[in-house]
Amino acid sequence: MSRPSAPPPGPFRLASGGRLIDRAYSTGFRFNRRHLRGFKGDTLASALLGSGVALVGRSFKYHRPRGILASGVEEPNALLGLGQGGRFEPNQRATTTALMPGMVTESQNAWPSLDSDVGAINAPLWRFFPAGFYYKTFIHPRAAWLNVFEPVIRRAAGLGRAPKQADPDRYEQAYGFAETVVVGGGIAGLSAARDAAREGGRVLVLEQTPHWGGRTPVDHAGGEARVGALLDELRGMENVTLRRNTQATGLYDHGYLLARESLADHDPKADLPRQRLWRIRAGRVIVATGAHERPIAFAGNDVPGVMLASAVRDYIVNWAVAPGRRIAVVTSNDDAYRTALAALDAGLEVAAVIDARPVADGRLPQAVRARGVEVLTGTGIAGVRGGKLISGVDLCAQDGAGKVTGRLDCDCVAMSGGWSPVVHLWSHCGGRLLWDEPGGFFRPEPSRPPTGPDGAPNVAVVGAADGDLAVAALTGAEVEAPSAQVWLMPAQATRKARFKMWLDYQNDVKVSDVVVAAQEGFVSVEHAKRYTTLGMATDQGKTSNVNGLAVLSEALAQPVAATGTTTFRPPYTPLTFGAIAAEAKGAIFQPLRRTPMHAWHEARGAAWEPVGLWRRPYTYPQGGETHTDAINREILAVRGGVGMLDASTLGKILVTGPDAGRFLDMVYTGMMSSLPVGKCRYGLMCNDNGFLIDDGVVVRLAEDQWLCHTTTGGAERIHGHMEDWLQCEWFDWKVYTANLTEQYAQIAVVGPKARDLLEALGGMDVSAEALPFMTFADGELGGHPVRLYRISFSGELSFELATPAGRGLALWEALMAAGKPFGVTPYGTEAMHVLRAEKGFIMIGDETDGTVIPQDLNLHWAISKKKADFIGKRAQERSFMASPDRWRLVGLESLDGRMLPDGVYAVAEGVNANGQRNVQGRVTSTYASPTLGRPIAMGLVAHGPERMGEILEFPVKGADSVRARIVDPVFYDKEGTRANG
Amino acid sequence: MLLLTCPHCGIAAEETEFNPGGEAHLKRHGPGASDEDFEGYLFLRHNVKGPVLERWRHSYGCGKWFLAARDSVTLQVYGTYPASLAHPSDEVGDSVRAAHPNWRTQI
Amino acid sequence: MAEMTALARVTRVEGLGMVTIRADLDRAGDAIAGASGLPLPGRVGIVAEGDRALGWMSPDELLLMLPHAELADALTDLREALRGEASLVADVSDMRCVFDLTGEDADQVLAKLSPTDLEMFPPGALRRTRLAQVPAAFWRIPGGFRLIAFRSVEVYLRELLETAAAPGTWLDPR
Ligand SMILES: [Zn+2]
Repeated sequence: MSRPSAPPPGPFRLASGGRLIDRAYSTGFRFNRRHLRGFKGDTLASALLGSGVALVGRSFKYHRPRGILASGVEEPNALLGLGQGGRFEPNQRATTTALMPGMVTESQNAWPSLDSDVGAINAPLWRFFPAGFYYKTFIHPRAAWLNVFEPVIRRAAGLGRAPKQADPDRYEQAYGFAETVVVGGGIAGLSAARDAAREGGRVLVLEQTPHWGGRTPVDHAGGEARVGALLDELRGMENVTLRRNTQATGLYDHGYLLARESLADHDPKADLPRQRLWRIRAGRVIVATGAHERPIAFAGNDVPGVMLASAVRDYIVNWAVAPGRRIAVVTSNDDAYRTALAALDAGLEVAAVIDARPVADGRLPQAVRARGVEVLTGTGIAGVRGGKLISGVDLCAQDGAGKVTGRLDCDCVAMSGGWSPVVHLWSHCGGRLLWDEPGGFFRPEPSRPPTGPDGAPNVAVVGAADGDLAVAALTGAEVEAPSAQVWLMPAQATRKARFKMWLDYQNDVKVSDVVVAAQEGFVSVEHAKRYTTLGMATDQGKTSNVNGLAVLSEALAQPVAATGTTTFRPPYTPLTFGAIAAEAKGAIFQPLRRTPMHAWHEARGAAWEPVGLWRRPYTYPQGGETHTDAINREILAVRGGVGMLDASTLGKILVTGPDAGRFLDMVYTGMMSSLPVGKCRYGLMCNDNGFLIDDGVVVRLAEDQWLCHTTTGGAERIHGHMEDWLQCEWFDWKVYTANLTEQYAQIAVVGPKARDLLEALGGMDVSAEALPFMTFADGELGGHPVRLYRISFSGELSFELATPAGRGLALWEALMAAGKPFGVTPYGTEAMHVLRAEKGFIMIGDETDGTVIPQDLNLHWAISKKKADFIGKRAQERSFMASPDRWRLVGLESLDGRMLPDGVYAVAEGVNANGQRNVQGRVTSTYASPTLGRPIAMGLVAHGPERMGEILEFPVKGADSVRARIVDPVFYDKEGTRANG
Repeated sequence: MLLLTCPHCGIAAEETEFNPGGEAHLKRHGPGASDEDFEGYLFLRHNVKGPVLERWRHSYGCGKWFLAARDSVTLQVYGTYPASLAHPSDEVGDSVRAAHPNWRTQI
Repeated sequence: MAEMTALARVTRVEGLGMVTIRADLDRAGDAIAGASGLPLPGRVGIVAEGDRALGWMSPDELLLMLPHAELADALTDLREALRGEASLVADVSDMRCVFDLTGEDADQVLAKLSPTDLEMFPPGALRRTRLAQVPAAFWRIPGGFRLIAFRSVEVYLRELLETAAAPGTWLDPR
């Protein structure tokens, strides 16, 4: 901030006043490359208006020139691109963006420039862009939609452009809890907060702007003092938290409220997270969100300089900005007269008050008349003179068809079509609305509130949000007559005039569009909304919703209450992706699970394979090796010498208790209760639908203790599966489980020299006699405590060593050192996959996909015939599970040496009901086998095992079909002698 | 987002700390069961509009399964009870009947 | 601008032995208390005496934490005390990582990561919950919290905590 004694920033800045600005600090900013100045405390909108910038953007469909309409979140027009580079952000509301020093801003949807936009050619054609235009015009020919129409429309019709660089800002989230959350820091909200705080419990007050008090300080004499007194009282209460710059964006089930707190929006120097998303659990929510003023539908109501009446006085009172020098007020109610008074107080000229009502004799109209301003009752605006700026308005009789009766010179029109309570939060989670006929708005239906977990109402609405627009009891205002319902100006406006009456500024929806929708049969409000796109822009129709419904109702000749309203959905204002993602980006985008040996793998340049959240070494390329070369080297090293695999990620579930054997007999298809202590057995698990869900080696540690190995991805899932059955079905069985997966590091030492390596380390008898295949022993190897399993997933002589995780790296390094003379080679998951496929071993997730039963994989041997029951047994007895037509596992041998692509289908004769080729099988695993020097594959094929030697045809996209012979899936060492070492 | 009280911990926690498990009080049918019974057990669910009895696991907490009587329309939680109970507790049943006097469990 | 400091300090705790104990606590509670040398914690509670602590993990599960040097004896004692009782006693000392989160604003760091109402979380309570995307448990210690989570996510958890504790990011209203 500089502290210059420069002239007041901007030609439209008033010489005095401005309750929210600090004239001691003037600040520069840029808008479309123009250098402008504003004051500390300005919003971007007030700074632009103060600088005399009336034209801020182009509209969505017709590229009409647009100015600032409002002064708060309801602004539909003044959406700007803010910032530069990675911090560029489109569609930011100028009215809610605080001016920051050096801010760089640009208008949107205008090319080549805001002042001469070529897209505006749409504007003279607007009769040809009626409601449903896209649906009607671009249907035929079909291909043209994809290739011609859509790309062109998308380029022409977008709002802001998306940023291309990564967002450099930080975001965070926080969980909040309060017995009462008050949304809205206006006088009704503050007062409700005080009452709630007196009752006890934590009270959290959220205010979207940097300022407390809402409209009261601007609209009501002595308002500032009333707000100040309430704030003083609240600040003295221990159980009250007041949080500014925090926008409640959505209320969800059971009092879950999302709110975005701005900490350093567009102030990167603050070195703080830019925004914080609060995830608040509220015992109850008091909605004190006020009301939004509505525009009036008159021809030309979108010309820059036509503004909401409340916004005009906000700019004058809050920021000492004159939206015009000669202001015409047009209204359906008394409240807008406050704008005339504020303008007069600021020394501005009021051309007249145009009041659609036949009579205006309230206190406020009288006060305005007393100041010498003409009040034109029963009068409307027939049209606005000027294109990019207003030069005047044409007057007409409100009850007529628009015959011009006079003209008023002005440079600003302050309009008020009444007010709509902000009922979004009430509606977000089920609160119903009713049409308040005298008030002319929807307000909460008190008997149909949202309810909390206990079924009791958990949302209340107070103040203007509840339809009590003046909040007279708190502001001291006199009660005013309700607004007249002026949905069209003039009431009998011609068809031509209706083409120029905007309802939804942001989506360019006019009165004529809604009428067309009604005529074409879109009688449901939800349908009419989608057909016309009314209220579907980023402002969600805050200024257009009720006007649109009223026009639709008139077109349908029914009361607004019968039309009803569309559903309000969160978020109330747009949320940034940054706030939703919060800390979850970069290194902590998601938890990355590391094994105890992770750092070692990393230091050896391992390529990683994500397996669930784990990172497992995929292969360890050396020098300039390709991955394929590295994998082949690893496989051959295992087959010819000895290799080491980090198997720590395998699930390890301890199951104990007197009924543990009985339980495991239910969980596995095989018999586990009969497994002798000290022995290992391969097991399959199915769900009760019969399908294979996991496999692994089960170890009997003691009489009442088993250790169940699962797949890497299965550890948590299978532990949960076991606990589900134990807790919900067999809760009287005496069984306890513990998921010990992370307690142990596990290392597979594999290959013909595996035993030599372990013997070199020393400490345990690892001979075939002492440790036969499928047994285990506890002991120490080279001083490291291990549980040593003699199991194999490669067909080679193989050991798996488990040691407490904290010792995993030391054991790994000891094995590497001891293995050096044997050429020990670390290998990754891909080598492991190829090794197992060469042996025809299945892999959960490759050979299974949730529709495969063990019998399909020729695993009958692992299914007990003796057991009366196991999970999945009944399901597997169903006729189609026993059908001989099921696809079953076979090996596949490519005839021409090409590898079969993964997942390809084998075709059969004929076509199915959809005209597609019939199929008879598919590839489940496919690899280039360095051991065999040719490709190998496995697949599931109809009647497969009975068709050995037959040739199948696998069509491949963009190439000749691959022909492959059905063979035994065990490609290597069919006798299985290698595992014996 | 729902708020549920785990009957094992006594803690009211948000939905993200639980995993849903579908309809509660299913009777398992194993070998020997008729096709009809087995189909009912595996596939057929009541899916009612109103009070439902459903399974939840306090997966980020104690790891225990429990059952909840919850209204699929209003989302009111009438009560939660351990998964080992064959029926909702009297207290939970009374809470449901306070809102739906003619309600009967579908067990 | 004054130099901003982190909201809390994140310290890795080493050398703890941990034992998972599962049993019917109504039947075996006294035996466990005797063997562990600590009174049984109440539901969602933790008792800490000296350098030992016993936490309630579920209605039939406790977690004993003690100096690693005392682990072997404790395992023996517990198994002996629970002989004949359906139970599970397992050394889980290597399964988890342990952090202390200390400093005046440690509560605020956890409030950014866990859906726990910390104002209603007294000393002696143990909460199993999640921190951002991972399961974790924590309880109050003098000056802050002790946290445990699975060891595989230690790096994630440390960065998560340090991010949430970034200087200047107080949750106090501004
Ligand atoms: Zn629980």
